[in-house]
Amino acid sequence: MRNELRRLIFLLLPAGIFFAAFFLLPMARLFFIGGSGKTGWAAYAAILTEANYFSSLLSTLAVAAATTAATLVISGIAGVFLQRNRFPGNGMLVAMLTFPLAFPGVVIGFMVIMLAGRQGLIGQITQALTGEKLVFAYTLSGLFMGYVYFSIPRTILTVMAAAEKLDPKLEEAARSLGASPWRVVLDVIIPGLKPAFISAGAICFATAVGAFGTAFTLAAKIDVLPMVIYTEFTLSANIAMAAALSFVLGAVTWVVLALARTAAGSSVAAAG
Amino acid sequence: MKRRGLFLLQLGFTLFVCAFLIVPMILSIMAGLTVNYFVGIESGLTVRWVMEVWNGYRDTIFLSIGLSLACLAATLVLGIPAAYVLAKRQTALTRAIEELLVMPVAVPGLATALALIVTYGTLSGFRTSWAFILVGHVLFTLPFMVRSVLAVLMAIDLKTLEEGAASLGAGFWERFRDIVLPNCRQGILAGSLMVVTLSMGEFNMTWLLHTPFTKTLPVGLADAYASLRLEIGSAYTLVFFVMIMPLLLAMQAFAKPRPAKFVAEETE
Repeated sequence: MRNELRRLIFLLLPAGIFFAAFFLLPMARLFFIGGSGKTGWAAYAAILTEANYFSSLLSTLAVAAATTAATLVISGIAGVFLQRNRFPGNGMLVAMLTFPLAFPGVVIGFMVIMLAGRQGLIGQITQALTGEKLVFAYTLSGLFMGYVYFSIPRTILTVMAAAEKLDPKLEEAARSLGASPWRVVLDVIIPGLKPAFISAGAICFATAVGAFGTAFTLAAKIDVLPMVIYTEFTLSANIAMAAALSFVLGAVTWVVLALARTAAGSSVAAAG
Repeated sequence: MKRRGLFLLQLGFTLFVCAFLIVPMILSIMAGLTVNYFVGIESGLTVRWVMEVWNGYRDTIFLSIGLSLACLAATLVLGIPAAYVLAKRQTALTRAIEELLVMPVAVPGLATALALIVTYGTLSGFRTSWAFILVGHVLFTLPFMVRSVLAVLMAIDLKTLEEGAASLGAGFWERFRDIVLPNCRQGILAGSLMVVTLSMGEFNMTWLLHTPFTKTLPVGLADAYASLRLEIGSAYTLVFFVMIMPLLLAMQAFAKPRPAKFVAEETE
């Protein structure tokens, strides 16, 4: 028995050492560096007390909340539909919807430029229709579009897996009691999918708060927290501020995911 | 009749979402093969841009392939034994360890990268080598390997299998090699695909961890998007699609037989 315990510790050791040396130790160091700047530990409060950081925090949270809401509605409708209705081409649609699963943020940003950039499709269509060229890729709206693009594939997979486990008998019962399709959706399907919505929503939110690549590609006018951190670090060389802000950012995403895990009861891993 | 209308409405919506995801990919592929995207496809097709990308950014492609394979090796060595321990002992302590291991995925890559830089940035030999990026990638992908293997180990009756082998006289390493590993090869395979794909596309950390001599494919992409013409950016994206497509298709094919179990775990 003691032998076995020793063996298990030995097996866990490589991952443990790696993790302690390259994550726990650096994170602790980041925390202390955050408090070592000109303003000391007040740097950790700056995100709330300094107007420009606070406003970028607000726009970050707003984009993340909007992304989460839009993604859940879109993926909820499409996911349940694809799970419930088997028709020729169904598998093809699922494959297409989940294809961008592993695209990095920079590529997502480029996809947004392809749609809504200066030479984008939306611009061409609106110019042909109204004479006015609609270009919004390089703003918060473009970022929102990119995050929705990024989040749809993983959310659809979660929704489909959850919808598969819903008991169709409950819907039949509701219908036979005279419930309208809307009532069935509100009272049977949405409550049944709630854990999946919470966990997928938390992942959407955390990803949108912490992601950097998409904003970086679209660049310029977008004032979200990860971009602010990057600018503090590279352009202003204000390492303490960058450290404090990124530590706060990390804490926010971690708390969101931890809360979702307790609420949903199932495993919510994290933002990809 | 009403239900048919509802069906068509939902189908239309789903097709629209599909178009939202696929159309920009098609546009980008076209742009990468068009002589002048601003003029349109009439200007003719060419592989000139793809060749330019190949000549200018070949190194980033090889570095990314090398990195993702090294990352795979590291996550296999670190992750499988860890998953075995987590499956074997389910206590508050092992749950806490699992929770900790997943943290690099929960915490934004930007924060992890900054932490690595402020701690190890002064070790210049390490800072400028590709091993510095590898460390970040391993941190980020390890949870996917662990969870994927763990999911399989939890689904099989590990205890009975091991006891059976032990009663026949098999030592620990024999059991690990002949019983545990073959039984979780599904999880290892799924985890490996995920690790390679994620490592290939990782940008959030890599952008801060890279140096001019250690540019990965996504870093090169960001470069090209920022400074070169749209056609070259598109051609480069096309190269990325070609590299990532087999991995994604393999992942999808793999997820199919047991969608509920694997998909839910893998995509998180």
